[in-house]
Amino acid sequence: MTRFVRRLAAVSALALCAAAPVAAKTFIYCSEASPEGFDPAPYTAGTTFDASAHPIYSRLVEFKKGTTEIEPGLAESWEVSEDGTEITFHLRQGVKWQSNDVFAPSREFNADDVIFSFDRQGNADNPMHGYLPGISYEYFSAMEMGDLIASIEKIDDYTVKFVLTRPEAPFMANLAMPFASITSAEYADTLMAAGTTEDFNNKPIGTGPFSFVAYQKDAVIRYKKNADFYGEAPKIDDLVFAITPDASVRLQKLKAGECHLMPYPSPADLADIKSDSNLKLDSQPGLNVAYLAYNTTVPPFDNPKVRKALNMAMNKQAIIDAVFQGAGQVAKNPIPPTMWSYNDAIEDDAYDPEAAKAMLAEAGVEGLSMEIWAMPVQRPYMPNARRTAELMQADFAKIGVDVQIVSYEWGEYLKKSTDPSRKGAVILGWTGDNGDPDNFLAVLLSCAATGDGGSNRAQWCDDQFSDLITRAKQISDQSERAKLYEEAQVVFKDQAPWATLAHSTQYVPMRANVEGFVMSPLGDFTFETVDIAE
Amino acid sequence: MLRFFLAKLLYLIPTFIGITIVAFGFVRVLPGDPVLLMAGERGITPERHAELSAQLGYDRPFLIQYLDFLGRLFHGDLGTSLVTKKPVLTEFLALFPATVELAVCAILIATLVGVPVGVLAAIKRGSLFDQISMTGALVGFSMPIFWWGLLLIIFFSGTLGWTPVSGRISLLYYFDNVTGFMLIDSLLSGQEGAFRSAASHLILPSIVLATIPLAVIARQTRSAMLEVMGEDYVRTARAKGLTQRRVVSVHALRNAMIPVITTIGLQVGVLMAGAILTETIFSWPGIGKWMIDSISRRDYPVVQSGLLMIAAIVMIVNLIVDLTYGLINPRIRHK
Repeated sequence: MTRFVRRLAAVSALALCAAAPVAAKTFIYCSEASPEGFDPAPYTAGTTFDASAHPIYSRLVEFKKGTTEIEPGLAESWEVSEDGTEITFHLRQGVKWQSNDVFAPSREFNADDVIFSFDRQGNADNPMHGYLPGISYEYFSAMEMGDLIASIEKIDDYTVKFVLTRPEAPFMANLAMPFASITSAEYADTLMAAGTTEDFNNKPIGTGPFSFVAYQKDAVIRYKKNADFYGEAPKIDDLVFAITPDASVRLQKLKAGECHLMPYPSPADLADIKSDSNLKLDSQPGLNVAYLAYNTTVPPFDNPKVRKALNMAMNKQAIIDAVFQGAGQVAKNPIPPTMWSYNDAIEDDAYDPEAAKAMLAEAGVEGLSMEIWAMPVQRPYMPNARRTAELMQADFAKIGVDVQIVSYEWGEYLKKSTDPSRKGAVILGWTGDNGDPDNFLAVLLSCAATGDGGSNRAQWCDDQFSDLITRAKQISDQSERAKLYEEAQVVFKDQAPWATLAHSTQYVPMRANVEGFVMSPLGDFTFETVDIAE
Repeated sequence: MLRFFLAKLLYLIPTFIGITIVAFGFVRVLPGDPVLLMAGERGITPERHAELSAQLGYDRPFLIQYLDFLGRLFHGDLGTSLVTKKPVLTEFLALFPATVELAVCAILIATLVGVPVGVLAAIKRGSLFDQISMTGALVGFSMPIFWWGLLLIIFFSGTLGWTPVSGRISLLYYFDNVTGFMLIDSLLSGQEGAFRSAASHLILPSIVLATIPLAVIARQTRSAMLEVMGEDYVRTARAKGLTQRRVVSVHALRNAMIPVITTIGLQVGVLMAGAILTETIFSWPGIGKWMIDSISRRDYPVVQSGLLMIAAIVMIVNLIVDLTYGLINPRIRHK
């Protein structure tokens, strides 16, 4: 009898459980690498930002989901002064900081946190500036924030004014980048008092949609939903990153249901993924470009006709088919088609070996022998540079140009390719940081970026082009800016400092029951909108 | 015995110093440097490059950097990772138990399977079993680990669904790491099914890591046994009328074990090398994967100190092996 009663009790308990709210929803993301740390400011890898800036932190302004447009974040609104050098932000009130075992915030987010977040990166006297051994703030310096920001003033607790040294339209986009994440000044004070400042990087505190729970190095990162998040609350309760470096293994895990979503499938697996009814595949054009940069200061490549002729000799569609296995599109402009100001009216140089040959002859070039540099690594914009170079070699042979393919170790490649006296043409590419055309055109093609160590590998300095992009940077009206950039692309096409090769397509495979995942044109992986269907 | 031990220990000192030079020099002779790799496609101006190199101390002459490294080493300071900015020792200690757990399972599998197979193959020399097992050993020895691991995952985890794909334990289990050994921690956690999950995650990576050592041990055991079985004392034992079982287990095996133990000891180095690939395939958070990442990022402090520690471990294991022979064969320690 007693046994029966016990059983009855157990059964009713079970029934009660079933009636209670459903179990916590855990979303597992098979990420591709370990984060370098959890403070977004000192690091540069996308993987690090996916694990730190996006889930844990928020910024003054944010990229609207799935776009590169700016929308309010921790700043609810802002005004830009007439001359474009003063931006006043009105901060959101009632935003709570997260807490952990070493920190319980005594106050909400305010202007002090904004000032602290930038001051610690740019001001060497800030006590948190050098809080980790050998720390440097690469993005802060690469985006020239130090030169750009004259001062940041606190008007009151919820108003901050940024004073710039010059008008700079892309500045707002910079503020939406991971390095500009807002960190807690009070947390820093607490850790400094305790002498454990390294926890700023190990036990991050932010205002984002998820709060950090634990990280087991190279294995697992755990987050939980931040119930106090100021935006729309995440639909999942727990977010887990299962670090899985090998792409084939990631796919096996996804198929076995060990994770819900994975980044960077290998192109060879795409057909298999599409045919699996348990999986689905999202795709979008990546915000990137792959190019072949001639050295425009070294003869005969200082002659635009020679560069044009080579561009016309190149069968780019064959490269897309063979190297990208269709996961890409031919590039005609230096910026990708998803970016505003993309000039679609421009016509690409048609593939025409005969005309190319004639043009070379016209330029007085005969028996040309050149190097093509192929990088030794796979990048998001270029699956196989060696193979690409081989295809170019074959194409160029048809117009009587002899090509030697060279390669160096990746670090050396990056360095040697910036040498102004470099002989060869270099295969390289770029992935956008903030969706602003300036982030492509100025970084890769401005006069300022030429020279040793610069990112203008064509060493191309064109007055007309430079003038256009400099003017565009100083205007805040986007349609005005777009016109100037469109014009700049015409100059670029005419002068042909590069052969624009391809824009790769990004693929994201996930379980069929994953809902609400939004791909980011910037290649970020964010999960506050995802849900798992029952 | 103590003298023997001290003499062996003394030999370790020059070896250790030699390893510090190799570990320090190795990563620096590779082209490229951490600052360049950090800057990526964006490039870095020579001034900024010089500034960052100076901040990290890499603008000083190699000799000074080496002496600095050595000096810190003697104070127990293994340096700080350039990437994660964490002490190398902290990272090593967090990851090392995972590698040990995997390596111990692998060497157990390799020994427990390899020795009996080798003995049987020797006794039944020329039989079908001998031929199949030795061909299998040759295949195992030549197996590309990466391919083999992937093949097992696709078959056992993908097609059959018997084992998990990768990782150390199902992510549904979450508990504090007490020892860092998942088998032990999962038991300590008291969570139902945790140990089972941890054990099932160990199966495939252990088999993959055990493959090459198993092949080597089986072949070595076979040839050592064959050699011993031809010795006079074995013939004498047989002549005395002892059973085959007694001849093999008492007279032959004990003597055949000396080269086999050496082989097992040497496999520790092989395991460390195999761990790099095995850990990468199975997303196993150990030091093999850590070293590979650090080499590709030119994280000098991690590579040099990590290599040093791995080398030190291999040396210690070899020392233990040397001492073990001394126990098995008293003649060695009196030489």
